[in-house]
Amino acid sequence: MDDVVLQTVTLMLLPFIQTYGIYIMVNGHLTPGGGFAGGAVLGISLILYALTFHVDEAAKVYPRRKAEALESLGALVFIFIGLLGVLGGAAFLTNNTSFLSGQAGTLLGGGFILPVTVAVGLKVASTVVTLFFHLLEEEKR
Amino acid sequence: MRRMLATAIIILLGVLLAAAVSEMPPFAAPSNPADNQVNERYLGQVVQEVGVLNVISGIITDYRAFDTLGEAAVLFAGIAAVLAVLETHNLDTYRKDRGKNG
Repeated sequence: MDDVVLQTVTLMLLPFIQTYGIYIMVNGHLTPGGGFAGGAVLGISLILYALTFHVDEAAKVYPRRKAEALESLGALVFIFIGLLGVLGGAAFLTNNTSFLSGQAGTLLGGGFILPVTVAVGLKVASTVVTLFFHLLEEEKR
Repeated sequence: MRRMLATAIIILLGVLLAAAVSEMPPFAAPSNPADNQVNERYLGQVVQEVGVLNVISGIITDYRAFDTLGEAAVLFAGIAAVLAVLETHNLDTYRKDRGKNG
């Protein structure tokens, strides 16, 4: 698909889609959304890029090694944050609200929720993109 | 004959399901069994205890974070299984790709 109009419009839309995905992810504890929804939007931006250009071009932007690393990193960060609760003397995955203890309703008001949401979002984005790229490459062969 | 039998079984199952649904508690009635202390605690205390305005987010990443960890593990297992199946077709190019990128 070497359509100039499609490629130009995609390049114009991509930053807005990605900003919106990050917004949904980071504001997960204030507005509807969260890690899973934001990660899906973030992943969809890369899928759109792979569809309008080519999956090989997209694999250059988001190589497999990076996908593998992010995939594992998301889960590991989640578990690490859970272990911080143990270090604080409570049960696994206990939220410590004195960490990032902003006013309730502000961006930094949820304790561990913000980092957990971002970790889950990165993991979901990476999963969606990796699955899609592999299915596209499978079709090519 | 087979089709008639299948239709009869489907109708029978439909009647059973409709009977079960008609026995369910009415939607959003305050006397429902789901309206218990758990509900009140989540809706009433989430801003003081967690400091978030999105109650769903507070539940899935604080009260029930272990469940969300399980979801992340399911995602990981799923992608690992898919890659294990797809990559076996293409082991040589995969090795080349890995060598090239890192």
